[in-house]
Amino acid sequence: MSDNAESPTETQKEEPQLPSDDSTTNEEKKKIDVLLKAVGDTPIMKTKKWAVDRGRTVQSLAQFISRFLKLDASEQLFIYVNQSFAPSPDQDVGVLFDCFGSDGKLILHYCKSQAWG
Amino acid sequence: MADDKDVLRDVWFGRIPTCFTLNQDEVTEREAEPYYLLLPRVSYLTLVTDKVKKHFLKVMRSEDVEEMWFEYEGTPLKWHYPIGVLFDLHASNTVLPWNITVHFKSFPDQDLLHCPSNSIIEAHFMSSIKEADALKHKSQVVNDMQKKDHKQLWMGLQNDKFDQFWAMNRKLMEYPTEEGGFRYIPFRIYQTMSDRPFIQKLFRPVSPEGNTLTLGDLLKEMYPTAITNDGEQKRYQVVIHGIEPLLETPLQWLSEHLSHPDNFLHICVIPTPTD
Repeated sequence: MSDNAESPTETQKEEPQLPSDDSTTNEEKKKIDVLLKAVGDTPIMKTKKWAVDRGRTVQSLAQFISRFLKLDASEQLFIYVNQSFAPSPDQDVGVLFDCFGSDGKLILHYCKSQAWG
Repeated sequence: MADDKDVLRDVWFGRIPTCFTLNQDEVTEREAEPYYLLLPRVSYLTLVTDKVKKHFLKVMRSEDVEEMWFEYEGTPLKWHYPIGVLFDLHASNTVLPWNITVHFKSFPDQDLLHCPSNSIIEAHFMSSIKEADALKHKSQVVNDMQKKDHKQLWMGLQNDKFDQFWAMNRKLMEYPTEEGGFRYIPFRIYQTMSDRPFIQKLFRPVSPEGNTLTLGDLLKEMYPTAITNDGEQKRYQVVIHGIEPLLETPLQWLSEHLSHPDNFLHICVIPTPTD
């Protein structure tokens, strides 16, 4: 799984963009809007809305959030869709957006411990 | 509908004769014999290979053993895909038994998820069921279940108990008669020709005009090149559980009868063999 958890780019237009994943094709580089929400005692991110490549994996997004929040390497990060299920780490966020996005964005909850079964 | 119940049983008890061989680069104290096993199509590799591990550990020193993983002809096998999907996708049209190579070192982090315990498989399996129910019933059925009901689904799969699993799973297969099917069909279309994991989008079993939609309708929208047009040579096989269902088969029926225990309809598109 690709490891692209660099810091966000400075060129922020309307909203911050996660840096592109070099392995993705043009189709997969198309951006989708992702809204990141913290659960429980997990630190919040000041910037909640991000433009993310469709082809980015859940694992790569989780790595980005972990580094953004400066979590210890030993700390796990769980990501949830619809506050109900944890998508597989190799799942593309584009697929999740197509199936579970609403109002033009995908809402993902993140948590340092298992929040939902 | 007695015949349809038989389909569920046939799908559940589908087996693939498999020969596990130790990777020749592994360090052993004496020669490792191959190990033969009938693999359940609907289960997961890391859930049903304790015996394989035990067999090879007999000839290895513990310091040479890291996390076990599997490979077929150079392709690392993803344990979090159902076994039948891995076989249909990578090994259809080959001679049985299925020859899988077993590794105990150089875990390919780029290709595979780690699987340190069965609780990881359980979490993955239950997440898939929840994702499927989010598509089918807006999560209403799975959320109405109790913890012990979820456990029953998992234990049914883990212990290969068809009746135990289906006593609970049938609730996930219900839908209001007037709607003619689920809200959306949980499906995944796999292909070997692409690096991306799979195609998964929203697709309803019934058209806005009230027509029943078929496997062919789904492919036409998601993956038109998989369909053979009149007068063309067939380039691709569309395989579910090792068979090629008629493209006229209603998608709702397929979802209810040919889904894996994770409640997804896993569809493999593979090139037609040339010989």
